[in-house]
Amino acid sequence: MPLTPPAEPDLEPKMNWASFYAVISGVNRHSTGIGRIWLSVLFLFRLLVLVVAAESAWGDEKSGFTCNTEQPGCNSVCYDHFFPISHIRLWALQLILVSTPALLVAMHVAHRRHIDKKMLKISGRGSPKDLEQIKNQKFKITGALWWTYMISLFFRVFFEAAFMYIFYMIYPGYKMFRLVKCDSYPCPNTVDCFVSRPTEKTIFTVFMLAVSGVCILLNIAEGIFLVGRACSRHFRDAQDSPIGALFMQKLFSY
Amino acid sequence: MSWLTLYSQLTGVNKHSTSLGKVWLSVLLFFRIMILMLAAEKVWGDEKSEFSCNTLSPGCESVCYDHYFPISHIRLWCLQLIFVSTPALLVAMYVAYNKHGTKRVILRSGNENIEGDLKALKNKRLPITGQLWWIYFFSLLLRLLFEGGFMYALYTIYGSFYISRAVLCNVKPCENQANCYISRPTEKTIFTIFMVVSSSLCILLNLAELFYLIAKALIRSFQLSNRRQDCNHLASKFEETIPMEKQTSPKY
Repeated sequence: MPLTPPAEPDLEPKMNWASFYAVISGVNRHSTGIGRIWLSVLFLFRLLVLVVAAESAWGDEKSGFTCNTEQPGCNSVCYDHFFPISHIRLWALQLILVSTPALLVAMHVAHRRHIDKKMLKISGRGSPKDLEQIKNQKFKITGALWWTYMISLFFRVFFEAAFMYIFYMIYPGYKMFRLVKCDSYPCPNTVDCFVSRPTEKTIFTVFMLAVSGVCILLNIAEGIFLVGRACSRHFRDAQDSPIGALFMQKLFSY
Repeated sequence: MSWLTLYSQLTGVNKHSTSLGKVWLSVLLFFRIMILMLAAEKVWGDEKSEFSCNTLSPGCESVCYDHYFPISHIRLWCLQLIFVSTPALLVAMYVAYNKHGTKRVILRSGNENIEGDLKALKNKRLPITGQLWWIYFFSLLLRLLFEGGFMYALYTIYGSFYISRAVLCNVKPCENQANCYISRPTEKTIFTIFMVVSSSLCILLNLAELFYLIAKALIRSFQLSNRRQDCNHLASKFEETIPMEKQTSPKY
């Protein structure tokens, strides 16, 4: 009797929203206060609502889409005509693209830690305690990290706005209709097609659009906060220097 | 990313709640989230596929379903649970922010026992006074608002918590009045009543916690004012005795 080899343990990391959540929440440490609020809004009001509620509302969107015809293929063609890309897939893409710029910041921090570790090892102080301290060190958002953070904020706002625009182009208006009229080939004439759960879908569409808007506002607020902090830091440093003090004196003498 | 993620976030909040808050959290987790996940979702699983109307008109079933169930009970409860759980995270965020400030002070102080201090800070439970009291109070108000709002929405959309076996539908494109039959109506009614009772219990717990917080704050301020009065009284007595001694002391 041939011996079956033992089954290999499943070592592949699962590619799902949980692993995505684990990766993105790691960025939390290097964010500002507003950044953490944005991350919470993203996870609780967008990702969680998408996974536990919206996906089941759109679950039967294709099987529940019925047209008043017996013509084979008409159903399928009309569904494809009115729903080129499902709302759920569009929101999933939006969430992934909007969250990924935050990884730029994580990559920058990892790069700086790597440099610091190298410097420590070269200087001969590479004890495990010092290396551990570097691992847990929190960097201030200044200098090059500030620019990386601002670029990530810009891309976040850009992707949010781009997806809102794409949404508007594909589905002008937020309302989902019960009945759509379709005359694409091979439908013999203009047939009535009925959409499944249109009111529920309208409610969730409005909800997700509103939360996207809130996220855009949070990102803009974070950008303004970072710029304001950088300006105040710049003026404080300028006041400390003698040339700066002279400049400030002349400025306020007007 | 599921209810388990929310559960793990909420259990972290447990440490900084009052006893009533801990009871509320247990009711939320066991009687609402768990029941929703393990039982209610299966009951409503075939709500659309098993919704059948006594008609052959294409589209009639779909339209009648949408007319009588604009938003499914399950989705409404999911949204309600997410909204109701979120204010508790405000408290967790404030505590984390507060502890971060204290951590900075400890790290700069240069004490010998920094690790011990940091560990003690991590396990420390902040008293619900001052700013934390106001944030906790505000989070309770938000919870009550969301619970009440969603209960009102459920009542407004469905009229009653009872789900009938059949509904009469004459929405276009149904040719005339068609009988439409709902799947598992009794089971759905039982679970609807169960979830409504759990919501009401949570509202009562939140109200009790609110009154408890207000009472505790009033008692604390009363005690403080009493102590101040005692101190002022003692201070004035002390001042009275000093001038008398000055009078009796001989003038040089």
